[in-house]
Amino acid sequence: MSTIPAVKGVDETQATRRARLPARVIHEWLTTVDHKKIGILYIGYALIFLVIGGIEATLMRIQLAQPNNHLVSPQVFNRLFTMHGTTMIFFVAMPIMFGFGNYLVPIMIGARDMAFPRLNAFSFWVSAMGGVLLYFSYLGGSGLYAAGSAPDVGWFAYAPLTAKVFSPGHSTDYWTLSILLSGVGSIGTALNIVTTTLCMRSPGMKLSRMPLLVWLYLVMGGLVFVTISPLTAAQIMLTLDRYLGAHFFDTQAGGSAVLWMHFFWIFGHPEVYVLILPAFAFMNEIVPVFSRKAIFGYPAMVAASVGIGFISLTVWAHHMFTVGMGAAGNTFFVFATMVISVPTGIKIFNWLATIWGGKVIFATPMLFSVGFLFQFLIAGLTGIILSIAPFDWQLHNTYFVVAHFHYVIVGGILFALFAAFYYWYPKMTGRMMSETIGKWHFVLFIIGFHLTFDFMHIPGLLGMPRQIYTYEADRGWGSWNMIVTIGVIFQAAGILVFVYNLVRSYFAGKVAGPDPWDAWTLEWSTSSPPPDYNFAVLPTVRSRRPLWDLKHPEDPDSDYEL
Amino acid sequence: MSSASTLPMQPGGAQAPWTQPYRGTVGMACLIIAESAIFLIFIVAYIFYLGKSLTGPTPDQVLEVPIFGTICLLSSSITVHLAVIRLRQVKLRAFTFWLAGTVVLGTIFLLSTAQEWYRLIYERGLTLQTNLFGTTYYSLVGLHASHVIVGLIMLSLTLLFALFGRVNEHHFEKFDTLSLYWHFVDGVWVVVFTVVYVVGR
Repeated sequence: MSTIPAVKGVDETQATRRARLPARVIHEWLTTVDHKKIGILYIGYALIFLVIGGIEATLMRIQLAQPNNHLVSPQVFNRLFTMHGTTMIFFVAMPIMFGFGNYLVPIMIGARDMAFPRLNAFSFWVSAMGGVLLYFSYLGGSGLYAAGSAPDVGWFAYAPLTAKVFSPGHSTDYWTLSILLSGVGSIGTALNIVTTTLCMRSPGMKLSRMPLLVWLYLVMGGLVFVTISPLTAAQIMLTLDRYLGAHFFDTQAGGSAVLWMHFFWIFGHPEVYVLILPAFAFMNEIVPVFSRKAIFGYPAMVAASVGIGFISLTVWAHHMFTVGMGAAGNTFFVFATMVISVPTGIKIFNWLATIWGGKVIFATPMLFSVGFLFQFLIAGLTGIILSIAPFDWQLHNTYFVVAHFHYVIVGGILFALFAAFYYWYPKMTGRMMSETIGKWHFVLFIIGFHLTFDFMHIPGLLGMPRQIYTYEADRGWGSWNMIVTIGVIFQAAGILVFVYNLVRSYFAGKVAGPDPWDAWTLEWSTSSPPPDYNFAVLPTVRSRRPLWDLKHPEDPDSDYEL
Repeated sequence: MSSASTLPMQPGGAQAPWTQPYRGTVGMACLIIAESAIFLIFIVAYIFYLGKSLTGPTPDQVLEVPIFGTICLLSSSITVHLAVIRLRQVKLRAFTFWLAGTVVLGTIFLLSTAQEWYRLIYERGLTLQTNLFGTTYYSLVGLHASHVIVGLIMLSLTLLFALFGRVNEHHFEKFDTLSLYWHFVDGVWVVVFTVVYVVGR
C-alpha cells in the first residue's frame, strides 16, 4: 500500500481544543453556513426520519404477517403507509442524498464552500421544517372540527380522494405543505450543487476531470429542477382546490383526476432517478478504490448518466398503463421504459469491468457495493417485466410492484448509502467505523433484505393488492407474508447494529488519518475531519485522480490524458 | 486528530488560464429552468382544460386582449437592458433613469392586470370558483403576476439604493443577474399571452 509522500501541510492549524459550552455548540450548528456541517445536519436529520419511517414499516409488516389480523385499524393502516412513503422519499432519501452531496461536492472539486452558503442553510432548514410539519399533523391534523389526524391519502395522493369533501380536516393540507417546503429546499440545494460544480472548481479541474460523483450530482441537480417543480406546481393547484374552491382536480366541475396522475408521475418517476443517481455516484467512487483500479470507461459513464437524466423524463406514464391511454401511448411508454435500461446496463457493465482483474479488497464499503450491484440488477429486471404493458395490467397495484420498487430503493439506494457511510465516515469524523460490526451489519441486513423483498414478489404474483390492511386466510398469502415479516426482524437488527456502530466508532473507533483507503480524489488530501476552509491553498489538478499523481510522481495519470 | 491540515497540491509548470462562469448567472439560469417547469405545468393545465368548462363564461365571451399592458411589459425588457449597459459604462445617472423607467413600465403592466381582473370579477362575474376557465386563467395569470411583483420588489430596492447613490460599477454582475430574471418574466408573458389571449380565445 503506497502512502502519501511526506509533504508537510502548509496550513497547520494548532489543535487546541476550545472549551465548548453545550449552548455554544448548539448555536454553532443552528447558525452554520459551512457545507460540511450542513451536510452532516442533512444526514443526521434523515437518519432520525429513517428510524421513524422504519417503525411505521415494521408496524405494517406485523399487521400483515397473518391473515385477519386486527392489530391496527384500517384508518391507522392508511395513515401508516402514507406517512411511511412520504417520510422515506421526501424526508429520508432526498435529504440524505443532499447531505452527502453537500459534504462531498465542494471538497471533491477543490472548493472552499458551496456557491451560495446562506441559500444552502436556508434550503436545509426549509426542508427540515417540512418534515416537522408532516409529523405535526398527528397533533394538528384533525383541525378544529373534522376527523382524521395524519395524512391518509397514500403517498401519490390520487384525486379526487384529496378533495375537501373526501378528505376533511387538515391532514391532507399538512401533507401538501410539507412537500411544498421540501420541494423548495430541494430546488435550492440542487441549484447550489449545479452552480458550485460549474463555477467553483479549482484550477485545472476541467469538467472532463471531475470525479464521477460530481458528474452524477450535476445530472441529479438538473433533474431536480424539472421534476420537483411539476410536483410543486401540482401541490399549489391542490391547495387552490382545497382552500379557494378551484376546480383543477374536481371531477364534479369537469376537472380531471387523471391530470393529477400525470402531474404526480411526471415528478414521481424521475424522482427515482434523482435518488438512484447519487447511489451510482457512490459506486463510482467506492468500486474503483476497493478494486485498486481507475474506473473503467469514464466517458461512457458520463454519457450514460446524462442519457439516464434525459430518458427518465419520458417514462412517467408506465405508472398509468391501467388508466387506458390507448395503444399509441402505451407503446411509447413501454419502449421509453425499456430504452432506459440501456444506459443503466452500460453502468453495470462498467462497474463489473472495473472490478475485473482488480486486487479487490472486501472491506465493508465494498461488500455493500457488491450487494448493490446484484440487487440493483434484479430490481432492474423486475422493472423490465413491469414495463411490458399487458404484464403490468395483471400486476398493477399488487405487492409485486411494491417488491420491485423496494428492491430499487432498499436493495439499490440504501445499500449504496451504507457503502457511502462506511467509506466517508472516517473523513467526516476522523474515526474508522468498526469492520467487525460492519460485517455483522452487512450479513444481518442482506439476510433480512432478501427474506423480505424476494418473497414479497410472490403474494403479488398471487394477486395481493397493495395498501390493504388485512386479507382472508383462504387466499394463500399468509405464509409468504409471515416470511416477509420475519425478514423485517433481521433488517431491524441490522439497522440497530449500524446505529450502534455509528455511535461507538465516533468515540472508540480507530483514528483514521487523512487517507485511510489509499484513495485518489481531493477530499482525501485534507485532514479528517477537514478544516473549516477545506483548502488553505486551492489545489491545482492535472488529471482525474489528483491524489494518485501526488503519490506516484513517477507515473502520474496526467501522462495518459488524451 | 493532532491538527487540521491540507496537503499542498501545487504541481509546478505553467497552468492554462482558468476562468469559470459567474455563479450568479448560473444560479439564476438554474432558477429559471425550475420556474419554467412550474409554468409549464400551469400552461399544460390551461390548454388541457380549454373548452372543458361545464358552465360559462367562456374565454371568447369575456377576455379582452391587454395590448397596452403587454407593450409596457415587453418595453421594460429593453429599458432594463439599457440600464445594464449604462451601469457597465459607469453612467450612473442614465442607469438610474432607465431603471426607474423599468419600474414604472412594470407597475403599469401590473395595474393593467389588476384592472382586467377587477372587470372580470365585478362586471363579468368570473372568479376562481366559477368554472375550469376561471380556475386555470386566474392561477396561470396570477402565477405570472406574482413573479412580476417579486421582480418589481427587487428592481425597486435597487432603484432605492441607486437614488441614494449606493449602486456603482462593482454591482454590475449582480444587477445583470437581476435583469436575467426580469427578461424571464417578460419571456414567460409572451408564452402566457399566446396561450391565453391568442390560442385560448
